[in-house]
Amino acid sequence: MMTIALYIAILSFGVALLMNIWVVARAEGVGDRVLALDTMVINAIAMMILYGILHATPVYFEVSMLFAMVGFISTVAYCRFMLRGNIIE
Amino acid sequence: MSIIGEIIISVLLVGAGFFGLVGSFGLLKLDQPMTRLHAPTKATTLGVGGVLIASMLFFLFFAEGITFHELMITLFLFVTAPVVAHFIAKAHLHRNWKPEDLPSPEGSTRWSTYCEPDQPGSGKPDSTEP
Repeated sequence: MMTIALYIAILSFGVALLMNIWVVARAEGVGDRVLALDTMVINAIAMMILYGILHATPVYFEVSMLFAMVGFISTVAYCRFMLRGNIIE
Repeated sequence: MSIIGEIIISVLLVGAGFFGLVGSFGLLKLDQPMTRLHAPTKATTLGVGGVLIASMLFFLFFAEGITFHELMITLFLFVTAPVVAHFIAKAHLHRNWKPEDLPSPEGSTRWSTYCEPDQPGSGKPDSTEP
């Protein structure tokens, strides 16, 4: 039962990632693309955790933590670049 | 004991997958940029929170014991999601809107994101007016 639920969750987040790739490719403005990239980071973290549950290994937690930090910093840097034209003044 | 944990983990996983799907579908489907901001920053964060709680319960029930990495990741994501949403909304306001087109806030203040740092209404304590 848990394996089926795991595969359902992996399928859902996979479809969500495909939707995000579609938005990144076909959005009108740059703000939507940044938002879609941030959502992609969150969905990828969920995929990594699900893969860790599937193989019953705690290796992927550090990867997810680093991925969360890098995703946050990159989104803030993108927004700062949109607002001010440069990142470090 | 094991079957109860399995049921709880399964419900959490399916719910988390549903919320992640709803968040990304909202990002694709909603029509205005400000409403589009709501779907990923709330629904997807809830979905990934469900996945992390399910992972914590899985390692509590079926593996070598409880782990606290998931709590760190959950805390980090729940702290950073509003910050990211605020940044994207601010970038959208400054790129696509003029201050005259927006409804004015209550009182005599202006939108603080359009103010210079020492103007009234910018959030800092005002020394020139009573």
